[in-house]
Amino acid sequence: MRENLGKAFALTDTQIFRRAPLPRSYTNFLGRKTFLFLMTLQGLVAFALITLGVIFRKFRTARNVIRPRIRQEIARAGVALLPMFLFVALALGFLVIGQTVSALARVGATGYLGSTMVIVVVRELGPLLAAVLVLARVGTAHVIELGTARALGEVEALEALGIDPVHYLVVPRVIGMAVGVFALTVYLIIVALGSGYLFAFLQDVPLAPGDYFKQIAEALNWLDFVLLALKTVAFGFFIAVVTCYHGLAQPLRLEDVSRVAVRAVTQGVIVCVLIDSLFILLYLGT
Amino acid sequence: MSETENTAAIEMREVSVGAMRDISFIVLEDVTWSVAAGEFWTVAGQPYSGKSDFLMLAAGLMAPVRGECRLFGTDTRTFGEAKLAERLHVGFVFAGGQLFNQLTIRENVALPLQYHHDLAPAAAARAVERLLELLELTPLADLTPVSISENWRARAALARALILKPKVLLLDNPLAGLGIRHLHWWLRFLDRLSRGHDWCDDRPMTVVVTTDDLRPWRDPSRKFALLRDKKFFLLGHWNEVEASGDALVKELLAEPMETVE
Repeated sequence: MRENLGKAFALTDTQIFRRAPLPRSYTNFLGRKTFLFLMTLQGLVAFALITLGVIFRKFRTARNVIRPRIRQEIARAGVALLPMFLFVALALGFLVIGQTVSALARVGATGYLGSTMVIVVVRELGPLLAAVLVLARVGTAHVIELGTARALGEVEALEALGIDPVHYLVVPRVIGMAVGVFALTVYLIIVALGSGYLFAFLQDVPLAPGDYFKQIAEALNWLDFVLLALKTVAFGFFIAVVTCYHGLAQPLRLEDVSRVAVRAVTQGVIVCVLIDSLFILLYLGT
Repeated sequence: MSETENTAAIEMREVSVGAMRDISFIVLEDVTWSVAAGEFWTVAGQPYSGKSDFLMLAAGLMAPVRGECRLFGTDTRTFGEAKLAERLHVGFVFAGGQLFNQLTIRENVALPLQYHHDLAPAAAARAVERLLELLELTPLADLTPVSISENWRARAALARALILKPKVLLLDNPLAGLGIRHLHWWLRFLDRLSRGHDWCDDRPMTVVVTTDDLRPWRDPSRKFALLRDKKFFLLGHWNEVEASGDALVKELLAEPMETVE
């Protein structure tokens, strides 16, 4: 518990770096930034591994407390966002897919429709958009909640009561977000593909709905489903890890919370893009 | 007599206390202190004399920089998850209460019980309601900590520390900022706890409080210690405190300044 948090943060005690005077030279500036980046990365990876460890090790601990918390977090990072996601999915369908469909139809390339849709919507845009939206709506709330709790000494209070802060505060958020991003991505993709066709239909594109969905179904293979699930769960997991890490990192003061929230969101986006590029390598490899 | 009753409840040997926020900053040095089970200690010191850090170390929330601190004979350095049961013998009440702001008072009090005994809210309800009733918190149980007064927040923090029926209760400046009615209630209640309250099965509880005002704690049955200039001074019982004639003691008793000189 205490040692769990301690381990992760001892690695990233970057105060010395931040405070040290810096000679006026770009290379030094660059060097410090690089070091800070590497140290943050190290801390994040350590925190992610600790969180994973706690999820498995304490799977049976205090289920009556943790399960309702997990349900609460799934509702918050998933169900509560559904209306917004439907709106975004409709917009995505009308703006991007509809136009792509009509453009492809105009040059007579409707044969490429299925593979284009799968690459653009299923593999890339759907998961990434879902992750960024969840990060913006729920991830920021995590940093602020946990940062405030940390600054007000609630984390010490948990430790004094023998409750592992990683187990009580982080695990439900991580699981909730992983499930939330996955489920929302699925809805986003389905609605976007449907509304995209609707838009194309309204523009009188000569394409029967049967052909459209048949092409998409043919362009999908089993690996797409597996990788989509893996990727969205990874997005959710790491967004939650980044936001929780920054919320709980170092004994915060109240005035630090807003600064930390901004940093966490930025790093959340970066982490999503990095994971995404890892998956591109996987797609290219197959 | 069982083994735990023979060993001291809290024992410190040549302990150096680091600050919670920065462990390399030493706030107290060379503390040697032994608290027998059932004793009531008052540790007095000026603000920023390291009272909170000292108390957190005594609770095993922080490891000593040097020396060793034992709770019921167990070194607090080893207080990991394996020694959770030992750790839960200690109840800790923070200076500001430090309640969980997202939870109601009832949920705050119930959380430790539910977590450690893996209970659903309904299963924990009886014990929680009884304790809330005992501390007169029932009418406020569904409110969040932010919406009740400081007086009641302090009491809710006491309830949260008592729900697991600890053997040792550590309170960080519990009387700070309390109204006079609440202050008398606290003194009476802590006295009952230390002599044995039926909530804790009439077992006398070991109580340690810190304070920056000695006046309310004047009592011949309590023992006293003083924190000054990074040092820990044992004063003993109240008559010894009065006999000490120490300038800081007089200050903490808020006696007129001319008698200090």
